Amino acid sequence: MDETGRDPLSVTELRQETMVINMGPQHPSTHGVLRLLLELDGETVLSCRPIVGYLHTGIEKNTEYRTWQQGVAFVTRADYLSCFFNELAYCLAVERLLGIEAPPRAQVLRVLFCELNRVASHLVWLATAGMELGAISVMLYGFREREGILDVFEAATGLRMNHSYIRIGGVLMDLPDGGLDQIGDLLQMLPGRIREYESLLSRNPIWLERNVDVGRLSAEEALLWGVTGPMLRAAGASRDVRKDEPYSGYETYEFEVPVREGADCYARFEVRIEEMKQSLRIVEQCLERLREPGPVMVEDPKVRWPAQLEVGPDGIGNSVAYVRHIMEESMEALIHHFKMVTEGISVPDGEVYEPVESPRGELGYYVVSDGGHRPYRVKIRDPSFANLQAVPQMMEGGLVADAVAVISSVDPVMGGVDR
Amino acid sequence: MTPSELAERIRVRYPDVIVARGEATVVVDRERLLETLEDLRRDEELRLDFLSSVTATDWPGRTPRFWVAYELHSLAHGHRLRVKVGVPDEDPSVPSVVPLFPTADWHERETYDLFGVVFDGHPDLRRILMPEGWEGHPLRKTEELGGVNTRFRGAFIPPVDRRTT
Repeated sequence: MDETGRDPLSVTELRQETMVINMGPQHPSTHGVLRLLLELDGETVLSCRPIVGYLHTGIEKNTEYRTWQQGVAFVTRADYLSCFFNELAYCLAVERLLGIEAPPRAQVLRVLFCELNRVASHLVWLATAGMELGAISVMLYGFREREGILDVFEAATGLRMNHSYIRIGGVLMDLPDGGLDQIGDLLQMLPGRIREYESLLSRNPIWLERNVDVGRLSAEEALLWGVTGPMLRAAGASRDVRKDEPYSGYETYEFEVPVREGADCYARFEVRIEEMKQSLRIVEQCLERLREPGPVMVEDPKVRWPAQLEVGPDGIGNSVAYVRHIMEESMEALIHHFKMVTEGISVPDGEVYEPVESPRGELGYYVVSDGGHRPYRVKIRDPSFANLQAVPQMMEGGLVADAVAVISSVDPVMGGVDR
Repeated sequence: MTPSELAERIRVRYPDVIVARGEATVVVDRERLLETLEDLRRDEELRLDFLSSVTATDWPGRTPRFWVAYELHSLAHGHRLRVKVGVPDEDPSVPSVVPLFPTADWHERETYDLFGVVFDGHPDLRRILMPEGWEGHPLRKTEELGGVNTRFRGAFIPPVDRRTT
């Protein structure tokens, strides 16, 4: 007690006011440049307002100024952790406008790389989520294992990320020599490692404390907010575009869609771990199907990319034999090459919406053509964009420390949110 | 339900429905948008209860200039339907569907931000991707790619087709 009769340490005497803090856009646990405006009463989050747009690069506008084929190189940079999914959804949309279908082997390669990509993406989620909640070792392991998958990507496409591998009418090129063995080695190694990391966390008291009953979002709420993917499946709704509206032959693969009832951060952890195992199952089936050779691009010269590419010591480029062919042997081949590269293909007018199941949920491409050589409109329905809207619902009333767990359980990729 | 069956079923109530490339699209007046979406959601056979996406396309010189497209999906039945609304240039507004689908909040803000289509009744219609002080709506066809003032010593980046170096 001081001389005025007040106890300076008394809690009841403290002024009742809230504090508004900015979390992000530069914050190690906001997965890039997400900004949250949090209103706090002590440790409790009263309100949360996510603010996005810091990574807006105008990908949709840019596609309108480039040829249809060049669009692939733009969209692969939207959600940079699920490059193949962006390429696939875009190409499927354009192919539907063209009325063509990729050859079977190309479809298997697409599924193969998408599923490896899903594992790589979930490993980044596991690594970052672990790091943010204090499990540093998981961060190191997750990124290490992902690097093995990226090595496969690099060997096949020339790049670790932003591959531009899936092209309109097929894929860029077949697997390199020894590609199947390289993926086979991954399949030997990864399932055991994933089980190991699961056992590191799934009974870890700190991990349970930080995740169980944190950030709850029921299936009804999730649907109202447009939430899809692992977040929805962790709330008991078995929805997966691969099963519900199969594309690229997913109906012919054996796999399960993991569903949990917990609707909290822990259930999302379980769903993602299980999804990685299921993806590896699909990869295994892809490898079986790839033993038979076959074309990886449609034959139609009005659609297929004219150049033959190969991965050289400095990355990907035109094959030497092809350059000799157009420069020294065939004038027609040179003219055709020039037209396809500068003017590109033309696509009949119309509009399509093509959804695929990305690691984060329903990734949809709404593509409109006016019959010209460039897309008239490409709209990317990115799952992270919709999922982030549910963050206030999950966070408000919880503790500020749980805000970190909630964001990491959403697994947003701002490149996709802001495009 | 296949897209054709879906189209046949709703044709009585919404005659302006077409099926193209395996997708059903229905065009309604903007005055009837809310009741249409509510009806499509309530109908037990349709149950279009999930809004995937809201976006627009800009067709300058045509009437109407803008088309706002709503991608609906039914979780129970697995089918999809696109609802399109024409929006004239002189009064670019549509009723907000946020009361029906909270997820439309950000999608409508994005469409407003990039196209300048106003969503009447939206709880908080602000820009979402572009900076707050931005002028214009970049995805309109009348807006050029590039051509912006930078904050670096008054430098100006001309549009792509007018760059000399």
